[in-house]
Amino acid sequence: MSPTLTDAGVAARDPKDGLAALEKRGSTAETFGIPLAVLAELTHRCPLQCPYCSNPVELDRGGSELTTEEWKKVLSELAEIGVLQIHFSGGEPTARKDLVELVQHASDVGLYSNLITSAVLLTREKLSALADAGLCHVQISFQGNEPVVADRVAGLKHAHQKKLEVAKWTRELDMPLTVNAVMHRQNLFQLTDIIQMAVDLDADRLEVANVQYYGWALKNRAALMPTLAQIEETSRIVEEAEVRLKGILAIDYVVPDYYALRPKKCMGGWGRQFFNISPAGKVLPCHAAESITGLEFESVRSNHSIAWIWQNSEAFNRYRGTGWMPEPCQSCEFKEIDFGGCRCQAFALTGDAGNTDPACTLSPLHEKIFKLAESEAAGDNNRFIYRNFAGGTPETGGDHGA
Amino acid sequence: MAGSRNISVSEASRPVLPRHARLKFDETRQVWVILAPERVLAPDEIAVEVLQLCDGVRSVAGIIDQLAEKYAADRGAIATDVIAMLQDLADKGFLTEAREKTS
Repeated sequence: MSPTLTDAGVAARDPKDGLAALEKRGSTAETFGIPLAVLAELTHRCPLQCPYCSNPVELDRGGSELTTEEWKKVLSELAEIGVLQIHFSGGEPTARKDLVELVQHASDVGLYSNLITSAVLLTREKLSALADAGLCHVQISFQGNEPVVADRVAGLKHAHQKKLEVAKWTRELDMPLTVNAVMHRQNLFQLTDIIQMAVDLDADRLEVANVQYYGWALKNRAALMPTLAQIEETSRIVEEAEVRLKGILAIDYVVPDYYALRPKKCMGGWGRQFFNISPAGKVLPCHAAESITGLEFESVRSNHSIAWIWQNSEAFNRYRGTGWMPEPCQSCEFKEIDFGGCRCQAFALTGDAGNTDPACTLSPLHEKIFKLAESEAAGDNNRFIYRNFAGGTPETGGDHGA
Repeated sequence: MAGSRNISVSEASRPVLPRHARLKFDETRQVWVILAPERVLAPDEIAVEVLQLCDGVRSVAGIIDQLAEKYAADRGAIATDVIAMLQDLADKGFLTEAREKTS
């Protein structure tokens, strides 16, 4: 029987990739039609200070952010060239006063909109206005299942309580809810309770996302890296919950690639099915791409169209497909499966974004990286460096819940 | 609250796409798609035809009647196929039961 539905696997983190269903040309490596979904990082401002923030260490200042009119023009252009979904993210996207207006504009031009939020700035009225503007889905980040751990990780008092409240409003307003739980050594022991929390909140989806180590998380790696025993336990808990909660809660699981044998298919392959737009308007192959020095990223403020930047700019073409690959990637049978892993991680750990991602066992550096992870995980450095515009602030004894 | 998300499809059901699932014709790629959280799905032709009839007003019985008439096909066979397809879509979270709007 032929499938009624073909998964066009759009999300950057989605392990399934049925993109071929909608993009039928060339080999897997040559497929880079306009992405189905785009991440709009509206701002880098955020009331939280999570030590694993996925934003670059060099944050865009409020003054450099695109204006309301500029974002609206971007949204219209994205819809026009064939983008179907827009993820409003940040920083904290609700820190933008024009968010309702932008969601309304996304609806007006036919984009399916998703809000990726910490939730702490939302009121019920604001959330209701967003629903009325056509918001299709809400994703709320959680740092734990109770305030002691959660508020400490977030670096904000009462954050956890507020998140629970907003999650409840989301369901009352009949919007689907995804709980995003970023996991690391200091909260993995709560995983079972976090899964139950997602069920109790009537969430549709749960993302169990192990920290990926670049940018802020790399700075905090010693305080965040889980032990191998923790990861094995995590996989067991997730597998058990997936079976038990089938039809109740969908779980997406992202493993930490330091402990993997093969690298992750980062972003579905560089410049292949995803781009994001930074607060200042840079069009990027992934949200961490600006950490790679020596690459020039074009802006929506330039004279080029977004489609031109996607198809022709130097930064997108540098690591697109498989032609750029050195050995051992070039002759590897998996090169169109994982596209060589993560460029940002290769850059962060080897100094050259064109090297094989050390997460791969075939990388000459893999063994060293794995040993380092193991020793950091076994260490007792639990102090965070909190994320902020000052380049980070070390946690002090009295910081708990900041 | 949204209540039960997993419906059991029968001829009396009045299915409708939930708020988070949007059926849309993608002009760029010239295909029908269902937009859902973190997913874009490509329904086949038959699914599209059936989903377009799922407006929360028509009953499944009505949908079956309409399709049986259009294709001059055996109603029993159509009913079996349509209910199986709708149940599959419902199990995946792309169909819900029409209900009174809660405030």
